[in-house]
Amino acid sequence: MTGPAAKQPLDDRPAALILEGVTRRFGATVAVDAVDLTVRSGELFSLLGASGCGKTTLLRMIAGFEIPNSGRVLIDGQDVTHAPPYERPVNMVFQSYALFPHMTVAQNVAYGLKQTGMARSERDDRVQEVLALVELDSFGRRRPDQLSGGQRQRVALARALAKRPKILLLDEPLGALDRKLRERTQFELVNLQERIGTTFILVTHDQEEAMTMSDRIAIMQGGHILQIGPPREVYEYPTSRTVADFIGAANLLEGTVASVEGRSAEIRLQATGGAAMAESDIPLKTGDAVTVMVRPEKIQAHRASTGAANELSGTVIDIAYLGDLSIYHVQIADGVRVQVAIANRRHADEAPFTWDDAVFLSWHPGDGVILIT
Amino acid sequence: MKRLSPWLMLAVVLGYVFLYGPILSLVVYSFNASKLVTVWGGFSTKWYAALLENDKLLDAAFLSLRISVVSATGAVLLGTLSAIALVRFGRFRGRFLFSAMTTAPLVMPEVITGLSMLLLFVSLQHAIGWPDGRSPLTIAIAHITFATAYVSVVVQARLAQMDRSLEEAALDLGARPLRAFLTVTLPLIAPSLIAGWLLAFTLSLDDLVVASFVSGPGSSTLPMVVFSSVRLGLSPEVNALATILLATVAIAAIAAGVLANRNRKT
Repeated sequence: MTGPAAKQPLDDRPAALILEGVTRRFGATVAVDAVDLTVRSGELFSLLGASGCGKTTLLRMIAGFEIPNSGRVLIDGQDVTHAPPYERPVNMVFQSYALFPHMTVAQNVAYGLKQTGMARSERDDRVQEVLALVELDSFGRRRPDQLSGGQRQRVALARALAKRPKILLLDEPLGALDRKLRERTQFELVNLQERIGTTFILVTHDQEEAMTMSDRIAIMQGGHILQIGPPREVYEYPTSRTVADFIGAANLLEGTVASVEGRSAEIRLQATGGAAMAESDIPLKTGDAVTVMVRPEKIQAHRASTGAANELSGTVIDIAYLGDLSIYHVQIADGVRVQVAIANRRHADEAPFTWDDAVFLSWHPGDGVILIT
Repeated sequence: MKRLSPWLMLAVVLGYVFLYGPILSLVVYSFNASKLVTVWGGFSTKWYAALLENDKLLDAAFLSLRISVVSATGAVLLGTLSAIALVRFGRFRGRFLFSAMTTAPLVMPEVITGLSMLLLFVSLQHAIGWPDGRSPLTIAIAHITFATAYVSVVVQARLAQMDRSLEEAALDLGARPLRAFLTVTLPLIAPSLIAGWLLAFTLSLDDLVVASFVSGPGSSTLPMVVFSSVRLGLSPEVNALATILLATVAIAAIAAGVLANRNRKT
């Protein structure tokens, strides 16, 4: 296949997929609601959301299994909104893999090539080539039921790649694998994608999977895309409470803007009446109701007050030991808890805090993100 | 495994004797040397030999086989199409009615099926001149109408089990719908088609009631000939024929059962 794709900045690359106001309704429910989306060529793009958020319907509209009620689907600049699946330059890895049980691995991989009328010798070469790509060269004569789950997943991948699609669609491709295998396969998929340079669009409900693999993530809810961005951006700078809550753990503290100075603002917290500093690119004015989001691992805990600008005092009421880190639940006011993650660096260390300890929490002003929705 | 108590065992044995005793005695008496059906006169296969000389019975047997093959094939074609419509086409308008009408012949009394088919053929002949009298063709048509229901039920079960994404994968890989059906769906539902065919074949082979209504002169099926010969007096030849028929139907039914079973596993 093609050599390693030169890692051009994403924005300079041509669009592999453009969705324009795509809407799909099933009866009274709107599964996908006026979605606009551009995926760049060579990108590994994830659609992330809970089940029923519309991500699978969106993927099926790209594949051609669903036709939008309105809007346009462009693949490689061509309008394919109403084209049937068999006329689109995309291929799909199904959640169930959908390997044909009555055919061998090689016949499965060759199926798509047969439909194009490719000469037999060329077809055989291509089958060997893609099987080698997924390291299953010697499995051509096996039947799908003689393979392990991981091998089946790779056959499904090879079959979908055999026709060299413009876009490869993956519907929860790792959902059926156990945890260890899933983590390894995530890296294998990313490496493969970088080698062949094909655009991948991945649907997943697993935020870790999306974070690990993707160049960019679209977070979906209720048929809308809430935010699109690289994993780091959606984690560090979520634009809404829903996204902040969905990706990783988040402490959400409500308050009102007390004063603004450039990007930073002082927020009066509703729970404690105290002040907190945070940053935002959104223009704010005094008196706005906002939410301050701080990730648990960005918060430091001390036994004594440090006099930092962002300081909350509270009591430890719950401790969750997770091995690599512990999550301390600190009550800062009636019914308001803040989660603090502290790494357990050395096994000899005693837990720094225990139940009912009074603690002082603080964070860097830049680590507090102001959300208005 | 739990052993059955003696009383339960006795009940099971008596039950099976009640069900299969008459059939067993029929098979045994087909090897009877005596001409009297009720008196055992030693072992002999002469009635099987005599059967080969009896043109009337043999003609009827071949006619029955021909009708069964034609009607089983026709029933598989129509039954499969209706199964696909019911399982794959979603909730189209009138689906419930279509489903009910497809399966109704399963519970329809044969006399009513036979009578209504006869009336249909007669009035069709008056109206458009076809079919030209009653013949093997009209028997086959009548058999197709009720056997289709059985095939449809068998094929529907298989189709409903089949992962829909297999067909989608074929379309996704560039196969047009007809090709996807022929290369993916059809091979995967093939066992149910064969099971359905065998079921339709046996149903047609042993039907007496419907065939009696819609047969014409010179188109007497085997069950009809057997039935009328029994009225004239029992003949050991009929026993021999019945034994052969029984073996054929049993083999077909077991094959259909095995295939349907394999269906369930995959």
